[in-house]
Amino acid sequence: MANRISDETIEYVGILAKLELSGEEKENARSDMEKMLDYIDTLNELDTTGVEPMSHVFPLNNVFREDVVVNGDGSKDALYNAPYVKDQGFKVPKTIG
Amino acid sequence: MAKQYETVIGLEVHVELATKTKIFCSCSTQFGGAPNTHTCPVCTGMPGSLPVLNKQVVEYALAIGLAMNCEITRVCKFDRKNYFYPDNPQNYQISQLYLPIARDGYVEIETKGVKKKVRIHEMHMEEDAGKLIHDEWDDTSIVDFNRSGVPLVEIVSEPDMRSAEEVLAYLEKLRVIIQYLGASDCKLQEGSMRADVNLSVRELGSEKFGTRTEMKNLNSFKAIARAIEGERQRQIELIEAGKPVVQETRRWDDNKEYSYAMRSKEDAKDYRYFPEPDLVPIVIDDAWVERIKARQPELRDEKLRRYQKEFGLSEYDAQIITASIYTAELFERAASLCGKPKKVANWLMVETLRLLKERGMEPEEIKFSPENLAKLVALTEAGTINSSVAKEVFEKMFTEDVEPESYVAEHGLKIVNDEGELNAVLEKVIADNPQAVSDYRGGKEKALGALVGQTMKAMKGKANPGLVNQKLKELLG
Repeated sequence: MANRISDETIEYVGILAKLELSGEEKENARSDMEKMLDYIDTLNELDTTGVEPMSHVFPLNNVFREDVVVNGDGSKDALYNAPYVKDQGFKVPKTIG
Repeated sequence: MAKQYETVIGLEVHVELATKTKIFCSCSTQFGGAPNTHTCPVCTGMPGSLPVLNKQVVEYALAIGLAMNCEITRVCKFDRKNYFYPDNPQNYQISQLYLPIARDGYVEIETKGVKKKVRIHEMHMEEDAGKLIHDEWDDTSIVDFNRSGVPLVEIVSEPDMRSAEEVLAYLEKLRVIIQYLGASDCKLQEGSMRADVNLSVRELGSEKFGTRTEMKNLNSFKAIARAIEGERQRQIELIEAGKPVVQETRRWDDNKEYSYAMRSKEDAKDYRYFPEPDLVPIVIDDAWVERIKARQPELRDEKLRRYQKEFGLSEYDAQIITASIYTAELFERAASLCGKPKKVANWLMVETLRLLKERGMEPEEIKFSPENLAKLVALTEAGTINSSVAKEVFEKMFTEDVEPESYVAEHGLKIVNDEGELNAVLEKVIADNPQAVSDYRGGKEKALGALVGQTMKAMKGKANPGLVNQKLKELLG
Protein backbone atom coordinates (compact mmCIF):
# COMPACT_ATOMS: atom_id res chain seq x y z
CA MET A 1 0.00 0.00 0.00
CA ALA A 2 1.14 3.49 -0.86
CA ASN A 3 2.64 5.99 1.54
CA ARG A 4 -0.38 7.78 2.91
CA ILE A 5 1.36 9.72 5.66
CA SER A 6 3.66 12.38 4.23
CA ASP A 7 6.89 13.62 5.85
CA GLU A 8 5.12 16.93 6.52
CA THR A 9 2.33 15.18 8.41
CA ILE A 10 4.80 13.34 10.61
CA GLU A 11 6.62 16.61 11.34
CA TYR A 12 3.36 18.41 12.09
CA VAL A 13 1.94 15.71 14.37
CA GLY A 14 5.28 15.75 16.17
CA ILE A 15 4.97 19.49 16.76
CA LEU A 16 1.40 19.15 18.05
CA ALA A 17 2.46 16.32 20.38
CA LYS A 18 5.54 18.29 21.48
CA LEU A 19 7.77 15.33 20.56
CA GLU A 20 11.20 15.36 18.98
CA LEU A 21 11.53 12.15 16.98
CA SER A 22 14.62 10.53 15.48
CA GLY A 23 14.53 9.30 11.89
CA GLU A 24 13.81 5.75 13.02
CA GLU A 25 11.09 6.82 15.42
CA LYS A 26 9.48 8.81 12.63
CA GLU A 27 9.40 5.74 10.39
CA ASN A 28 7.87 3.63 13.16
CA ALA A 29 5.26 6.32 13.80
CA ARG A 30 4.47 6.47 10.09
CA SER A 31 3.96 2.74 9.91
CA ASP A 32 1.72 2.78 13.03
CA MET A 33 -0.39 5.60 11.67
CA GLU A 34 -0.81 3.88 8.36
CA LYS A 35 -2.02 0.73 10.15
CA MET A 36 -4.56 2.89 11.97
CA LEU A 37 -5.80 4.36 8.71
CA ASP A 38 -6.15 0.85 7.28
CA TYR A 39 -8.24 -0.10 10.28
CA ILE A 40 -10.45 2.99 9.76
CA ASP A 41 -10.86 1.93 6.12
CA THR A 42 -12.16 -1.43 7.32
CA LEU A 43 -14.60 0.30 9.66
CA ASN A 44 -15.72 2.55 6.82
CA GLU A 45 -16.87 -0.52 4.89
CA LEU A 46 -19.75 -0.87 7.36
CA ASP A 47 -23.03 0.76 6.44
CA THR A 48 -23.94 2.95 9.43
CA THR A 49 -26.88 4.74 7.86
CA GLY A 50 -29.46 5.55 10.51
CA VAL A 51 -27.21 4.54 13.40
CA GLU A 52 -27.00 7.17 16.12
CA PRO A 53 -23.35 7.91 17.00
CA MET A 54 -22.64 6.54 20.46
CA SER A 55 -20.71 8.70 22.87
CA HIS A 56 -21.05 6.59 25.97
CA VAL A 57 -21.35 2.89 26.69
CA PHE A 58 -23.76 3.14 29.64
CA PRO A 59 -27.42 3.94 29.05
CA LEU A 60 -27.21 6.82 31.50
CA ASN A 61 -27.69 10.54 31.28
CA ASN A 62 -28.00 13.61 33.50
CA VAL A 63 -25.60 12.69 36.26
CA PHE A 64 -25.07 15.90 38.20
CA ARG A 65 -23.63 17.32 41.39
CA GLU A 66 -25.18 20.09 43.42
CA ASP A 67 -23.22 23.35 43.56
CA VAL A 68 -21.88 22.97 47.09
CA VAL A 69 -18.24 23.46 48.13
CA VAL A 70 -17.00 20.24 49.74
CA ASN A 71 -13.27 20.26 49.04
CA GLY A 72 -10.88 22.18 51.26
CA ASP A 73 -7.28 23.23 50.74
CA GLY A 74 -5.80 20.65 48.39
CA SER A 75 -2.47 22.36 47.80
CA LYS A 76 -0.35 19.94 49.81
CA ASP A 77 -1.51 16.88 47.87
CA ALA A 78 -1.48 18.73 44.57
CA LEU A 79 2.14 19.80 44.97
CA TYR A 80 3.35 16.56 46.61
CA ASN A 81 4.90 15.10 43.46
CA ALA A 82 5.83 18.34 41.75
CA PRO A 83 9.50 18.26 40.62
CA TYR A 84 9.92 22.00 41.23
CA VAL A 85 7.83 24.22 43.49
CA LYS A 86 8.05 27.96 43.97
CA ASP A 87 5.66 30.22 45.90
CA GLN A 88 3.24 27.31 46.33
CA GLY A 89 3.04 26.92 42.55
CA PHE A 90 4.41 24.41 40.03
CA LYS A 91 7.60 25.84 38.59
CA VAL A 92 7.85 25.22 34.84
CA PRO A 93 9.99 26.56 31.97
CA LYS A 94 8.93 30.07 31.00
CA THR A 95 5.74 29.94 28.99
CA ILE A 96 3.86 32.92 27.60
CA GLY A 97 0.33 32.36 26.43
CA MET B 1 -9.25 57.22 -5.49
CA ALA B 2 -8.09 55.09 -2.58
CA LYS B 3 -9.84 51.78 -2.17
CA GLN B 4 -12.53 51.55 0.48
CA TYR B 5 -12.34 48.67 2.96
CA GLU B 6 -14.87 47.03 5.19
CA THR B 7 -13.92 45.40 8.50
CA VAL B 8 -15.62 42.09 9.25
CA ILE B 9 -15.59 41.03 12.90
CA GLY B 10 -16.81 38.02 14.81
CA LEU B 11 -16.28 37.49 18.52
CA GLU B 12 -15.55 34.57 20.81
CA VAL B 13 -16.50 35.62 24.31
CA HIS B 14 -15.60 33.55 27.35
CA VAL B 15 -17.61 34.17 30.49
CA GLU B 16 -16.81 32.67 33.91
CA LEU B 17 -20.02 31.50 35.53
CA ALA B 18 -20.92 32.60 39.05
CA THR B 19 -21.15 29.10 40.52
CA LYS B 20 -19.76 28.42 43.97
CA THR B 21 -17.90 25.33 42.80
CA LYS B 22 -15.98 24.29 39.72
CA ILE B 23 -17.61 22.64 36.73
CA PHE B 24 -16.50 19.05 37.43
CA CYS B 25 -15.48 19.00 41.10
CA SER B 26 -16.50 20.47 44.47
CA CYS B 27 -13.58 22.90 44.75
CA SER B 28 -14.32 26.56 45.41
CA THR B 29 -14.26 29.02 42.49
CA GLN B 30 -13.44 31.96 44.71
CA PHE B 31 -11.08 34.45 43.12
CA GLY B 32 -7.77 35.27 44.75
CA GLY B 33 -7.01 32.30 47.06
CA ALA B 34 -3.37 31.37 47.75
CA PRO B 35 -1.92 29.34 44.81
CA ASN B 36 -3.25 25.79 44.39
CA THR B 37 -5.42 25.87 47.53
CA HIS B 38 -8.64 25.35 45.51
CA THR B 39 -7.56 22.10 43.92
CA CYS B 40 -8.28 18.38 44.03
CA PRO B 41 -7.36 15.34 41.91
CA VAL B 42 -10.07 16.22 39.33
CA CYS B 43 -9.00 19.79 38.54
CA THR B 44 -5.30 18.95 38.60
CA GLY B 45 -5.79 16.14 36.10
CA MET B 46 -4.72 13.23 38.31
CA PRO B 47 -5.11 9.83 36.63
CA GLY B 48 -8.18 7.93 37.78
CA SER B 49 -10.12 10.95 38.99
CA LEU B 50 -13.70 11.26 37.81
CA PRO B 51 -15.37 14.52 36.78
CA VAL B 52 -19.04 15.01 37.74
CA LEU B 53 -20.97 17.87 36.15
CA ASN B 54 -22.21 20.76 38.30
CA LYS B 55 -25.94 21.12 37.60
CA GLN B 56 -25.86 24.88 38.17
CA VAL B 57 -23.52 25.26 35.17
CA VAL B 58 -26.17 23.78 32.89
CA GLU B 59 -28.84 26.00 34.45
CA TYR B 60 -26.81 29.19 33.93
CA ALA B 61 -25.93 28.13 30.38
CA LEU B 62 -29.61 27.48 29.63
CA ALA B 63 -30.59 30.87 31.06
CA ILE B 64 -27.98 32.66 28.93
CA GLY B 65 -28.85 30.65 25.81
CA LEU B 66 -32.55 31.43 26.15
CA ALA B 67 -31.86 35.13 26.80
CA MET B 68 -29.84 35.20 23.55
CA ASN B 69 -32.79 33.65 21.66
CA CYS B 70 -30.91 30.42 20.97
CA GLU B 71 -32.12 26.95 20.09
CA ILE B 72 -31.38 24.64 23.00
CA THR B 73 -29.67 21.37 22.05
CA ARG B 74 -31.87 18.79 23.74
CA VAL B 75 -29.23 16.08 23.84
CA CYS B 76 -25.82 17.56 24.37
CA LYS B 77 -22.51 16.19 25.52
CA PHE B 78 -18.91 17.06 26.25
CA ASP B 79 -15.82 16.46 24.13
CA ARG B 80 -12.11 16.39 24.85
CA LYS B 81 -9.99 19.02 23.19
CA ASN B 82 -6.41 17.80 23.26
CA TYR B 83 -3.47 20.16 23.51
CA PHE B 84 -0.32 20.50 25.57
CA TYR B 85 0.25 23.55 27.68
CA PRO B 86 1.41 23.95 31.29
CA ASP B 87 -1.83 25.61 32.41
CA ASN B 88 -3.79 22.55 31.27
CA PRO B 89 -3.07 19.71 33.71
CA GLN B 90 -4.97 16.94 31.90
CA ASN B 91 -3.43 17.71 28.51
CA TYR B 92 -7.00 18.14 27.32
CA GLN B 93 -9.76 20.59 28.03
CA ILE B 94 -13.29 19.29 28.54
CA SER B 95 -15.38 21.35 26.15
CA GLN B 96 -18.25 20.92 23.68
CA LEU B 97 -17.60 20.72 19.96
CA TYR B 98 -20.19 18.53 18.29
CA LEU B 99 -23.28 19.25 20.37
CA PRO B 100 -22.98 22.65 22.11
CA ILE B 101 -25.79 23.46 24.51
CA ALA B 102 -27.17 26.40 22.52
CA ARG B 103 -27.16 27.41 18.86
CA ASP B 104 -28.56 29.86 16.31
CA GLY B 105 -29.53 32.83 18.44
CA TYR B 106 -29.15 36.58 18.21
CA VAL B 107 -28.94 39.71 20.31
CA GLU B 108 -30.00 43.15 19.20
CA ILE B 109 -27.54 46.02 19.45
CA GLU B 110 -27.91 49.74 18.80
CA THR B 111 -25.20 52.08 17.55
CA LYS B 112 -25.85 55.72 16.62
CA GLY B 113 -29.59 55.08 16.80
CA VAL B 114 -29.43 52.18 14.32
CA LYS B 115 -30.63 48.78 15.50
CA LYS B 116 -28.98 45.61 14.29
CA LYS B 117 -29.08 41.91 15.08
CA VAL B 118 -25.82 40.12 15.81
CA ARG B 119 -26.35 36.41 15.29
CA ILE B 120 -25.04 33.89 17.80
CA HIS B 121 -23.52 30.88 16.06
CA GLU B 122 -23.31 28.76 19.19
CA MET B 123 -22.59 28.72 22.89
CA HIS B 124 -20.88 25.88 24.71
CA MET B 125 -19.84 24.95 28.24
CA GLU B 126 -16.21 24.23 29.11
CA GLU B 127 -13.62 24.37 31.86
CA ASP B 128 -11.15 27.19 32.39
CA ALA B 129 -7.40 26.56 32.47
CA GLY B 130 -5.01 27.34 35.32
CA LYS B 131 -3.06 30.54 35.58
CA LEU B 132 0.58 31.11 34.62
CA ILE B 133 2.46 33.69 36.61
CA HIS B 134 5.68 34.72 34.94
CA ASP B 135 8.71 35.00 37.10
CA GLU B 136 11.05 37.56 35.54
CA TRP B 137 13.89 36.77 37.97
CA ASP B 138 14.67 33.18 37.15
CA ASP B 139 12.98 33.06 33.75
CA THR B 140 10.35 30.50 34.75
CA SER B 141 6.59 30.38 35.05
CA ILE B 142 4.63 29.43 38.14
CA VAL B 143 1.41 27.46 37.62
CA ASP B 144 -1.59 28.01 39.86
CA PHE B 145 -4.51 25.61 39.27
CA ASN B 146 -7.09 27.50 41.38
CA ARG B 147 -8.77 28.62 38.15
CA SER B 148 -8.45 25.20 36.52
CA GLY B 149 -11.97 23.82 36.16
CA VAL B 150 -13.82 27.06 36.79
CA PRO B 151 -16.92 26.87 34.56
CA LEU B 152 -17.03 28.93 31.39
CA VAL B 153 -19.43 29.45 28.58
CA GLU B 154 -17.97 30.45 25.26
CA ILE B 155 -20.30 32.51 23.09
CA VAL B 156 -19.38 32.48 19.41
CA SER B 157 -20.97 35.14 17.22
CA GLU B 158 -21.38 35.12 13.47
CA PRO B 159 -19.08 37.59 11.64
CA ASP B 160 -21.81 40.23 11.77
CA MET B 161 -19.99 43.24 13.19
CA ARG B 162 -18.40 45.94 11.06
CA SER B 163 -16.84 48.41 13.47
CA ALA B 164 -15.36 48.78 16.94
CA GLU B 165 -18.55 50.57 18.05
CA GLU B 166 -20.65 47.57 17.07
CA VAL B 167 -18.27 45.23 18.89
CA LEU B 168 -18.45 47.31 22.06
CA ALA B 169 -22.25 47.54 21.83
CA TYR B 170 -22.41 43.75 21.44
CA LEU B 171 -20.12 43.11 24.42
CA GLU B 172 -22.05 45.58 26.53
CA LYS B 173 -25.29 43.85 25.54
CA LEU B 174 -23.93 40.42 26.53
CA ARG B 175 -22.55 41.80 29.77
CA VAL B 176 -25.85 43.39 30.76
CA ILE B 177 -27.86 40.26 29.87
CA ILE B 178 -25.54 37.99 31.83
CA GLN B 179 -25.32 40.31 34.83
CA TYR B 180 -29.11 40.60 34.94
CA LEU B 181 -29.33 36.81 34.93
CA GLY B 182 -26.85 36.72 37.80
CA ALA B 183 -24.84 34.18 35.79
CA SER B 184 -21.54 36.10 36.00
CA ASP B 185 -20.17 39.43 37.14
CA CYS B 186 -18.55 39.85 33.70
CA LYS B 187 -15.47 41.83 34.76
CA LEU B 188 -13.08 42.27 31.87
CA GLN B 189 -10.24 43.44 34.10
CA GLU B 190 -10.45 40.40 36.36
CA GLY B 191 -10.91 38.09 33.41
CA SER B 192 -14.40 36.86 34.23
CA MET B 193 -15.33 38.06 30.73
CA ARG B 194 -12.75 37.70 27.95
CA ALA B 195 -13.10 38.48 24.29
CA ASP B 196 -11.13 37.14 21.33
CA VAL B 197 -11.61 39.18 18.18
CA ASN B 198 -11.68 37.51 14.76
CA LEU B 199 -11.10 40.18 12.17
CA SER B 200 -10.68 40.37 8.42
CA VAL B 201 -10.93 43.18 5.90
CA ARG B 202 -12.32 43.14 2.39
CA GLU B 203 -12.92 45.68 -0.31
CA LEU B 204 -16.23 47.43 0.18
CA GLY B 205 -18.91 45.68 -1.82
CA SER B 206 -17.02 42.38 -2.02
CA GLU B 207 -19.00 39.27 -1.09
CA LYS B 208 -16.01 37.14 -0.19
CA PHE B 209 -14.47 37.32 3.27
CA GLY B 210 -10.77 38.12 3.57
CA THR B 211 -8.34 35.98 5.60
CA ARG B 212 -8.99 36.48 9.30
CA THR B 213 -6.73 36.70 12.28
CA GLU B 214 -7.68 36.09 15.88
CA MET B 215 -6.55 38.54 18.55
CA LYS B 216 -6.19 37.63 22.19
CA ASN B 217 -5.20 39.41 25.41
CA LEU B 218 -7.87 42.10 25.24
CA ASN B 219 -8.80 43.02 28.78
CA SER B 220 -10.64 46.30 28.56
CA PHE B 221 -13.21 47.88 26.26
CA LYS B 222 -10.62 50.50 25.31
CA ALA B 223 -8.02 47.85 24.44
CA ILE B 224 -10.58 46.09 22.24
CA ALA B 225 -11.36 49.29 20.34
CA ARG B 226 -7.66 50.08 19.85
CA ALA B 227 -6.83 46.50 18.83
CA ILE B 228 -9.57 46.51 16.19
CA GLU B 229 -8.29 49.77 14.70
CA GLY B 230 -4.66 48.57 14.82
CA GLU B 231 -5.37 45.19 13.23
CA ARG B 232 -7.58 46.72 10.53
CA GLN B 233 -4.74 49.07 9.57
CA ARG B 234 -2.17 46.27 9.61
CA GLN B 235 -4.25 44.08 7.31
CA ILE B 236 -5.05 46.95 4.89
CA GLU B 237 -1.34 47.80 4.65
CA LEU B 238 -0.53 44.16 3.81
CA ILE B 239 -3.23 44.02 1.14
CA GLU B 240 -2.17 47.36 -0.39
CA ALA B 241 1.42 46.11 -0.53
CA GLY B 242 0.23 42.97 -2.32
CA LYS B 243 1.20 40.72 0.60
CA PRO B 244 -0.99 37.96 1.98
CA VAL B 245 -2.74 38.15 5.37
CA VAL B 246 -1.74 34.99 7.27
CA GLN B 247 -4.39 33.15 9.26
CA GLU B 248 -2.95 33.19 12.77
CA THR B 249 -3.50 33.99 16.41
CA ARG B 250 -2.06 37.33 17.49
CA ARG B 251 -1.47 38.78 20.89
CA TRP B 252 -2.40 42.44 21.36
CA ASP B 253 0.07 44.57 23.29
CA ASP B 254 -1.97 47.51 24.50
CA ASN B 255 1.10 49.48 25.61
CA LYS B 256 2.78 49.26 22.22
CA GLU B 257 -0.61 49.38 20.41
CA TYR B 258 0.49 46.55 18.14
CA SER B 259 -0.35 42.88 17.81
CA TYR B 260 2.26 40.13 17.59
CA ALA B 261 1.94 36.73 15.93
CA MET B 262 1.61 34.01 18.60
CA ARG B 263 1.15 30.86 16.58
CA SER B 264 -0.41 29.74 13.36
CA LYS B 265 -4.06 29.11 13.97
CA GLU B 266 -4.86 25.48 14.64
CA ASP B 267 -7.76 23.80 12.94
CA ALA B 268 -10.31 21.81 14.90
CA LYS B 269 -8.70 18.58 13.66
CA ASP B 270 -5.40 19.52 15.31
CA TYR B 271 -7.12 19.20 18.68
CA ARG B 272 -8.16 15.58 18.08
CA TYR B 273 -11.57 16.15 19.61
CA PHE B 274 -13.42 13.06 20.76
CA PRO B 275 -16.45 12.42 23.00
CA GLU B 276 -15.59 12.74 26.70
CA PRO B 277 -15.92 9.19 28.03
CA ASP B 278 -16.05 10.20 31.72
CA LEU B 279 -19.23 12.24 31.37
CA VAL B 280 -22.65 11.00 30.35
CA PRO B 281 -24.88 12.94 27.93
CA ILE B 282 -27.18 15.71 29.14
CA VAL B 283 -30.79 15.41 28.13
CA ILE B 284 -32.76 18.64 28.42
CA ASP B 285 -36.51 18.08 28.24
CA ASP B 286 -39.31 20.65 27.75
CA ALA B 287 -40.07 20.73 31.45
CA TRP B 288 -36.50 21.77 32.25
CA VAL B 289 -36.51 24.52 29.61
CA GLU B 290 -39.88 25.75 30.88
CA ARG B 291 -38.61 25.83 34.44
CA ILE B 292 -35.66 28.00 33.40
CA LYS B 293 -37.93 30.26 31.34
CA ALA B 294 -40.29 30.73 34.26
CA ARG B 295 -37.38 31.64 36.49
CA GLN B 296 -35.79 34.19 34.10
CA PRO B 297 -35.62 37.55 35.85
CA GLU B 298 -36.88 40.72 34.23
CA LEU B 299 -34.21 41.67 31.68
CA ARG B 300 -33.06 45.16 30.82
CA ASP B 301 -35.38 45.84 27.88
CA GLU B 302 -38.43 45.00 30.01
CA LYS B 303 -37.17 47.09 32.91
CA LEU B 304 -36.58 49.97 30.52
CA ARG B 305 -40.22 49.96 29.46
CA ARG B 306 -41.56 49.43 32.97
CA TYR B 307 -39.55 52.27 34.54
CA GLN B 308 -41.04 54.72 32.06
CA LYS B 309 -44.57 53.45 32.60
CA GLU B 310 -44.55 52.72 36.30
CA PHE B 311 -42.21 55.40 37.63
CA GLY B 312 -42.64 58.07 34.96
CA LEU B 313 -38.91 58.19 34.14
CA SER B 314 -37.84 59.53 30.75
CA GLU B 315 -36.41 57.01 28.29
CA TYR B 316 -32.99 58.60 28.74
CA ASP B 317 -33.12 58.31 32.53
CA ALA B 318 -34.37 54.74 32.36
CA GLN B 319 -31.51 53.88 29.98
CA ILE B 320 -28.91 55.14 32.43
CA ILE B 321 -30.45 53.49 35.49
CA THR B 322 -30.86 50.10 33.78
CA ALA B 323 -27.38 50.11 32.20
CA SER B 324 -26.28 48.06 35.19
CA ILE B 325 -28.30 45.59 37.22
CA TYR B 326 -26.69 47.06 40.33
CA THR B 327 -28.06 50.58 39.78
CA ALA B 328 -31.42 49.16 38.65
CA GLU B 329 -31.78 47.14 41.85
CA LEU B 330 -30.72 50.07 44.03
CA PHE B 331 -33.22 52.26 42.25
CA GLU B 332 -36.17 49.92 42.63
CA ARG B 333 -35.52 49.23 46.27
CA ALA B 334 -34.90 52.86 47.26
CA ALA B 335 -37.84 54.14 45.19
CA SER B 336 -40.26 51.72 46.81
CA LEU B 337 -38.97 52.65 50.27
CA CYS B 338 -39.31 56.44 49.91
CA GLY B 339 -41.96 56.64 47.18
CA LYS B 340 -39.98 59.28 45.24
CA PRO B 341 -38.64 57.48 42.16
CA LYS B 342 -37.58 60.60 40.30
CA LYS B 343 -35.54 61.92 43.24
CA VAL B 344 -33.88 58.52 43.64
CA ALA B 345 -33.15 58.42 39.91
CA ASN B 346 -31.53 61.84 40.15
CA TRP B 347 -29.15 60.79 42.89
CA LEU B 348 -28.16 57.73 40.88
CA MET B 349 -27.74 59.53 37.58
CA VAL B 350 -25.96 62.68 38.70
CA GLU B 351 -24.01 62.28 41.94
CA THR B 352 -23.53 58.52 41.82
CA LEU B 353 -22.25 58.47 38.25
CA ARG B 354 -20.04 61.48 38.92
CA LEU B 355 -18.41 59.82 41.92
CA LEU B 356 -18.07 56.46 40.15
CA LYS B 357 -16.29 58.15 37.28
CA GLU B 358 -14.15 60.30 39.52
CA ARG B 359 -12.97 57.26 41.49
CA GLY B 360 -12.73 54.88 38.56
CA MET B 361 -15.31 52.49 40.07
CA GLU B 362 -17.89 50.16 38.57
CA PRO B 363 -21.55 50.22 39.66
CA GLU B 364 -21.13 46.85 41.43
CA GLU B 365 -18.68 48.52 43.81
CA ILE B 366 -21.32 50.94 45.14
CA LYS B 367 -21.31 50.70 48.94
CA PHE B 368 -24.39 52.61 50.09
CA SER B 369 -27.59 50.73 50.78
CA PRO B 370 -30.94 51.49 49.15
CA GLU B 371 -32.30 52.08 52.67
CA ASN B 372 -29.85 54.92 53.26
CA LEU B 373 -30.50 56.48 49.88
CA ALA B 374 -34.24 56.40 50.62
CA LYS B 375 -33.62 58.09 53.99
CA LEU B 376 -31.54 60.81 52.35
CA VAL B 377 -34.33 61.51 49.87
CA ALA B 378 -36.83 61.65 52.73
CA LEU B 379 -34.62 64.10 54.67
CA THR B 380 -34.41 66.50 51.72
CA GLU B 381 -38.08 66.13 50.87
CA ALA B 382 -39.08 66.97 54.46
CA GLY B 383 -36.90 70.07 54.36
CA THR B 384 -34.74 68.80 57.19
CA ILE B 385 -31.54 69.42 55.20
CA ASN B 386 -30.93 71.64 52.20
CA SER B 387 -29.52 70.49 48.91
CA SER B 388 -25.90 71.42 49.51
CA VAL B 389 -25.89 69.57 52.83
CA ALA B 390 -27.61 66.64 51.10
CA LYS B 391 -24.71 66.45 48.63
CA GLU B 392 -22.22 66.45 51.46
CA VAL B 393 -24.11 63.66 53.23
CA PHE B 394 -24.41 61.72 50.00
CA GLU B 395 -20.68 61.84 49.42
CA LYS B 396 -20.17 60.44 52.94
CA MET B 397 -22.72 57.73 52.19
CA PHE B 398 -20.99 56.90 48.93
CA THR B 399 -17.63 56.53 50.67
CA GLU B 400 -18.62 54.91 53.95
CA ASP B 401 -22.34 54.07 53.70
CA VAL B 402 -23.09 56.30 56.71
CA GLU B 403 -26.65 56.29 57.97
CA PRO B 404 -27.88 59.76 56.89
CA GLU B 405 -30.28 60.49 59.79
CA SER B 406 -27.72 59.94 62.52
CA TYR B 407 -24.95 61.56 60.45
CA VAL B 408 -27.05 64.72 60.05
CA ALA B 409 -27.92 64.74 63.76
CA GLU B 410 -24.33 64.12 64.93
CA HIS B 411 -22.86 66.81 62.71
CA GLY B 412 -25.63 69.36 63.36
CA LEU B 413 -26.50 69.66 59.70
CA LYS B 414 -30.22 70.27 60.05
CA ILE B 415 -31.62 73.45 58.57
CA VAL B 416 -31.87 76.05 61.31
CA ASN B 417 -35.46 77.13 61.57
CA ASP B 418 -34.85 79.03 64.78
CA GLU B 419 -35.86 82.56 63.78
CA GLY B 420 -34.01 84.17 66.68
CA GLU B 421 -30.65 82.75 65.58
CA LEU B 422 -31.31 83.59 61.94
CA ASN B 423 -32.41 87.15 62.73
CA ALA B 424 -29.26 87.79 64.71
CA VAL B 425 -27.10 86.62 61.80
CA LEU B 426 -29.12 88.66 59.31
CA GLU B 427 -28.71 91.81 61.32
CA LYS B 428 -24.97 91.27 61.51
CA VAL B 429 -24.70 90.60 57.76
CA ILE B 430 -26.65 93.80 57.00
CA ALA B 431 -24.47 95.80 59.35
CA ASP B 432 -21.22 94.36 57.90
CA ASN B 433 -22.13 94.91 54.24
CA PRO B 434 -23.30 98.52 53.85
CA GLN B 435 -22.23 98.66 50.19
CA ALA B 436 -24.36 95.68 49.14
CA VAL B 437 -27.27 97.00 51.18
CA SER B 438 -27.20 100.36 49.52
CA ASP B 439 -26.75 98.78 46.09
CA TYR B 440 -29.84 96.66 46.66
CA ARG B 441 -31.84 99.58 47.92
CA GLY B 442 -30.67 101.56 44.90
CA GLY B 443 -32.34 98.96 42.69
CA LYS B 444 -29.54 96.39 42.09
CA GLU B 445 -31.42 93.13 42.59
CA LYS B 446 -28.19 91.15 42.22
CA ALA B 447 -26.77 92.63 45.41
CA LEU B 448 -29.27 90.56 47.37
CA GLY B 449 -27.53 87.38 46.20
CA ALA B 450 -24.30 88.45 47.87
CA LEU B 451 -26.13 89.04 51.12
CA VAL B 452 -27.84 85.63 50.94
CA GLY B 453 -24.43 84.08 50.32
CA GLN B 454 -22.91 85.85 53.33
CA THR B 455 -25.77 84.70 55.51
CA MET B 456 -25.52 81.07 54.36
CA LYS B 457 -21.79 81.16 55.03
CA ALA B 458 -22.32 82.54 58.52
CA MET B 459 -24.90 79.80 59.14
CA LYS B 460 -22.45 77.13 57.80
CA GLY B 461 -24.88 76.20 55.04
CA LYS B 462 -27.60 75.10 57.42
CA ALA B 463 -30.12 77.86 56.73
CA ASN B 464 -32.96 77.52 54.30
CA PRO B 465 -31.93 79.76 51.37
CA GLY B 466 -35.56 80.50 50.44
CA LEU B 467 -36.28 81.72 53.93
CA VAL B 468 -33.08 83.80 54.05
CA ASN B 469 -34.04 85.43 50.78
CA GLN B 470 -37.52 86.27 52.01
CA LYS B 471 -36.31 87.59 55.38
CA LEU B 472 -33.67 89.81 53.79
CA LYS B 473 -36.25 91.32 51.46
CA GLU B 474 -38.48 92.06 54.42
CA LEU B 475 -35.68 93.61 56.43
CA LEU B 476 -34.37 95.74 53.55
CA GLY B 477 -37.69 96.52 51.94
